[in-house]
Amino acid sequence: MLHLSGGSPRTPGHLISAADLSRDDAVLILDTAEEMARVADRPIKKLPTLRGRTVVNLFFEDSTRTRISFEAAAKRLSADVINFSAKGSSVSKGESLKDTALTLEAMGADAVVIRHHASGAPYRLATSGWIDGVVVNAGDGTHEHPTQALLDAFTMRRRLIGPDAGLGQDLSGRRITIVGDVLHSRVARSNVHLLGTLGAEVTLVAPPTLVPVGVESWPCEVSYDLDQVLPKSDAVMMLRVQRERMNAAFFPTEREYARRYGLDGDRMARMPEHAVVMHPGPMNRGMEITAEVADSDRCTAVEQVANGVSIRMAVLYLLLGGSEPAVTNNATARTEENK
Amino acid sequence: MTKILIRGAKVLGGEPQDVLIDGETVAAVGTGLDAGDATVIEAAGKILLPGLVDLHTHLREPGREDSETVLTGTRAAASGGYTAVFAMANTFPVADTAGVVEQVWRLGKESGYCDVQPIGAVTVGLEGKQLSELGAMHDSAAGVTVFSDDGKCVDDAVIMRRALEYVKAFGGVIAQHAQEPRLTEGAQMNEGVVSAELGLGGWPAVAEESIIARDVLLAEHVGSRVHICHLSTAGSVEIVRWAKSRGIDVTAEVTPHHLLLTDELVRSYNPVYKVNPPLRTERDVMALREALADGTIDIVATDHAPHPHEDKDCEWAAAAMGMVGLETALSVVQQTMVETGLLDWAGVAERMSFKPASIGGLAGHGRPIAVGEPANLTLLDSAYRGVVDPAGFASRSRNTPYEGRELPGRVTHTFLRGRATVVDGKLA
Ligand SMILES: [Zn+2]
Repeated sequence: MLHLSGGSPRTPGHLISAADLSRDDAVLILDTAEEMARVADRPIKKLPTLRGRTVVNLFFEDSTRTRISFEAAAKRLSADVINFSAKGSSVSKGESLKDTALTLEAMGADAVVIRHHASGAPYRLATSGWIDGVVVNAGDGTHEHPTQALLDAFTMRRRLIGPDAGLGQDLSGRRITIVGDVLHSRVARSNVHLLGTLGAEVTLVAPPTLVPVGVESWPCEVSYDLDQVLPKSDAVMMLRVQRERMNAAFFPTEREYARRYGLDGDRMARMPEHAVVMHPGPMNRGMEITAEVADSDRCTAVEQVANGVSIRMAVLYLLLGGSEPAVTNNATARTEENK
Repeated sequence: MTKILIRGAKVLGGEPQDVLIDGETVAAVGTGLDAGDATVIEAAGKILLPGLVDLHTHLREPGREDSETVLTGTRAAASGGYTAVFAMANTFPVADTAGVVEQVWRLGKESGYCDVQPIGAVTVGLEGKQLSELGAMHDSAAGVTVFSDDGKCVDDAVIMRRALEYVKAFGGVIAQHAQEPRLTEGAQMNEGVVSAELGLGGWPAVAEESIIARDVLLAEHVGSRVHICHLSTAGSVEIVRWAKSRGIDVTAEVTPHHLLLTDELVRSYNPVYKVNPPLRTERDVMALREALADGTIDIVATDHAPHPHEDKDCEWAAAAMGMVGLETALSVVQQTMVETGLLDWAGVAERMSFKPASIGGLAGHGRPIAVGEPANLTLLDSAYRGVVDPAGFASRSRNTPYEGRELPGRVTHTFLRGRATVVDGKLA
């Protein structure tokens, strides 16, 4: 039961790509996540909404953070959760995505949250006819990670507008800078699309080796000079840079990378006072971000984790959702819980 | 001997003529020929071409008989109007010895649907390190003249130079799969706007173009000839055009799919569109068509690459690269080259029969439709329109990018040395 008004045109009923979300759908998800966030403040952090539904976390690639976030979200909506780690099992070599999908289908999965090392695997899962359930992309290769982009947008809206004032609002006119390994980053890809849809002006900053060929078709600016962009940024999103990129000659040394593209206290001081620093985690302290910045109250990394649960609750609710409202009042929720 | 009279066909797309086949050869060409005791095929409105010759086919046998065998592959070839195919060397074991090439050659003889001319590997095991016994393969019953490590690039410049030099002794040619390996590590599709969006590893045009540039210069330096397999970019066209203008002995081929399809199709993540070299952009497609029309690109070759269903029914990154092509090649050429006015049927005959046979040094194929010539012929109903249904393929594999697509033209008859291998669109 799709509650998103337009859904995604290419994969209706699924969430595969942030690029598929309309402005209204994205705002609906953010608003729903605000409702969900209130549940986290209650003594009993649970809603009966998805009781009896089964959500499978199908992870072909390790990501404890993302898996736990989806698991917490599903459980707070009272869904049954099955964690299926395909890494290191027979699946990693012999058994194919298709075989695994057929197994999940036989187990009656209502939603499959999939993390896969291959770009396009969730799209394939959603469009191949192998399963009937809802597919949620939890990160595929270097393609997309739409719920991460949604939680980033949610975090920005809260910080730059405020939780309640933000309801119904998008990010029109906000200037967002994304810094680092754009080439290999599904987070950057999803954010560029979503933030553009929400009306923000996005600038990518990276060494030219870490910007994809073809980026000129993206709805954003590209700069190689961080210092020039910082004073005009409302939010600066630092991407994780893997040290092995150095060995593949994407940049000469860690020191040089940090010097030109790392965010330290001096650089942070060039940002406008209200501007926030974001990071999808886990952070390489001393590489893309210094401890001073990471631990400052302008850095939203910890809230992003908490917001991730709210966003994923909203997504699961909207894609799988019952006909009842997402959040009932406290008394009802407690009664449900005590049954 | 059997006599067949093909009545009223447009020979090479020209004026209607009758062609009488007597035994293995063409006995008469003219108008109003007396049928006598010959079987008559009414061919008014149809196009009669010399039997097609494919310089680039993967028959998979030995080793991957689950995808294709010499028998099923040659049946597919006959269905597509081919009377001869060159079989690539990347089999298991690799065709890098006289023994393996003779085996493939013999299987072709036994199949009876189409002549099979093996291609020998340039290097042992396609590993790019040590030259195969090129001379022994040439001296074998198979008489190999074309050598290729196709599937892999001969990327070591010294090995490539030596191979080019060595085959001069017996008039051989090195057919290069131009792919700079370091620039294409992890490559999944054409590098550009679409790959940036899809997050799939890019296969940049320069990885093809830089190898072609190097190889034409090597061929010039050692005075040998080089053939470029499945050229796919506008830049490659320019380099080959320059090389030819300079008098370098280079020939080049383009596949039907690179004449029609673009990387936009990869947005579907459907591995049926995964191929090496990858589908490129609209601009590349248009440049390839023009280059084929003006002769910069000499021939069309299918790169027929059969794969079993399970190797394509999976996520993109895990899927095998390649498409089947023998049974749809002529239709795609008709649509992209003839119906666009870029090429007439004589031009098609040149690029799909005469020239590939001459590049590969294959006697008895790619001959004019004239008295005394071997009766290797293809009769095409160019007015036909139909939707591609892989269920009807003779190939053992179904990995076609054209399923459900309407393509023009249908081969109604194929003759291999006077014997019909296809009659009324069905294998004989
Ligand atoms: Zn090749």
